[in-house]
Amino acid sequence: MMAEIPQRQAYGMALAEYGAVNPDVVVLDADVSSSTLTKFFADRYPARFFNLGVTEASMVDVSVGLALSGKIPFVNTFAALLTLRACEQIRTCVAYANANVKLVGGYSGLSDYKDGPTHFAVNDVALMRAMPNLTVIAPADNVEAARMVAAVAEHDGPVYMRISRAAVPDVFGPDHQVQIGKGVTLRGGRDVTIVGSGSMMGRCVKAADQLAAEGVDVRLLNIHTIKPLDVDLLRQAAEETGALVTAEDHSVIGGLGGAVAEALGRCRPAALEYVGLQDTFAGTGPDTESLMDAWGLGVVDIVNAARRAMQRKA
Amino acid sequence: MHMHTEALIGELQERARQIRLDTLDMVYRRQAGHPGGSFSAAEILAALYFHHLKIDPANPAWPERDRFILSKGHAAAALYVALARRGYFPLADLEKWGHLDGHLQGHPDRIKTPGVEMSSGFLGHGLSIGVGMALAQRLGGPRYHVYALMSDGCMQSGVAWEGALTAAKYRCSEVTVIMDYNDVQLDGAAHDIMPLEPLIDKWKAFGFAVLEINGHNLRQVLDALDEALEIHSQPTVIVAHTTKGKGVSFMENTALWHGAVPNAEQYAQARAELQEGA
Repeated sequence: MMAEIPQRQAYGMALAEYGAVNPDVVVLDADVSSSTLTKFFADRYPARFFNLGVTEASMVDVSVGLALSGKIPFVNTFAALLTLRACEQIRTCVAYANANVKLVGGYSGLSDYKDGPTHFAVNDVALMRAMPNLTVIAPADNVEAARMVAAVAEHDGPVYMRISRAAVPDVFGPDHQVQIGKGVTLRGGRDVTIVGSGSMMGRCVKAADQLAAEGVDVRLLNIHTIKPLDVDLLRQAAEETGALVTAEDHSVIGGLGGAVAEALGRCRPAALEYVGLQDTFAGTGPDTESLMDAWGLGVVDIVNAARRAMQRKA
Repeated sequence: MHMHTEALIGELQERARQIRLDTLDMVYRRQAGHPGGSFSAAEILAALYFHHLKIDPANPAWPERDRFILSKGHAAAALYVALARRGYFPLADLEKWGHLDGHLQGHPDRIKTPGVEMSSGFLGHGLSIGVGMALAQRLGGPRYHVYALMSDGCMQSGVAWEGALTAAKYRCSEVTVIMDYNDVQLDGAAHDIMPLEPLIDKWKAFGFAVLEINGHNLRQVLDALDEALEIHSQPTVIVAHTTKGKGVSFMENTALWHGAVPNAEQYAQARAELQEGA
């Protein structure tokens, strides 16, 4: 079922809540706090909030200075701006210097449907995943996004986390716990594995339901931490099902699909199919759901990819 | 403001000369490095590391230490000399600059080298990072001053001026930018490649208190560093007019020596000139 509030709201509320728990947390935003919803934190902790306007590159550097002074900065703007405009700052000053900065990219994937491809973040995971020292996270739903705020803050080292603008389907109940680097098995199965991440996870659940109704024994994994990847869990799935489908709100180049392929290619090759943007910028749409459907991120695309993967099994 | 004695000035002049000599040796030994921009910063580094900075080499993580960020990271060798001679690590480490088993990287690395406050390499980051270090103090904890040594190349980058906006917004008087304005960059004269003038007007318009000095005159350097600490309502920039390659006649004011290595003859001549310059 679709969540009642957007994932960004769940994140923004959790960040404001966590501000009470950890006085070292500070928040930076680049003139989009009403969009990323870090304004909830700003309202409660104005002295610990820094709105730096449209200075994304400098904002990342400022956050590094805060981190090197013992603070835990959460740095927010649209995921595409953060990872593209401030990419060198992230590489040199966050990743190479191993500064304890928490980068949070809002409006990830196609979720900013009305603003179009300039605003979409469809290669952020690819860029961030190639940065040594950086942990990369894509929470599946609101519960997971909220849980990740504390987990990310308490993780020692730099993190990139992407958050959807949209309401995403609920996947987990309120008791869901997260551990960075540990994938979650939602269903056991022997015929095929669906590996989902971020805002695609709800669609993966639907695809698994549909395949199960056809008699397919589907394994369903949620990979909230794309780096470091839970290779043990994926290898086991490859060994036991022999066919996997990755699904992500991102380009099929360099994201979850790339990470899974790299890992399994090394330890247990299997039939792989990749659901995601097929090396295209996509386009503007009337809402996130129909836009994702139109650009190959639909439930039907996951189901068809699963069938192809099963057919290709050795 | 402190009155600086002739004895102190003389001692720091000797430190600056030593920074140049050691840097020359390092560049020659390694057959790589950036002598020009290291020599232009020698007096500034001498004044900071051998007098002005509140630091403790025995305790590089001392929370109340002043922070120094070498934004012009290509002057790494000069910084390494200052750190080694100040006691952060053995002088012998300088001989392993760029070696596979050494900790001294081509550009400064805060993880590998004791005393390096922040990794740097590509130009322009220092001011923004310094602003973050200033803002952290607003939330309690130890107090300290933050110094960012920027080059003319740094100040051609957008991120530097973005940082200036933020420094002005928050009136970061905890930050002093020292601009090593040698007016020469990799490809030629800065005023030809990408003019910064009217530079003083720019800094003032961006909300900075501006002190303009000769960056090779140690009395002026020391006085400016002291004066910056008395400015409490805005960030300060010390625009230090310097000479790229200062101290070696054939290196001075030429882009050729931004990242060039002397041959044996040039090395001998440079060494002789620097020793005479005592």
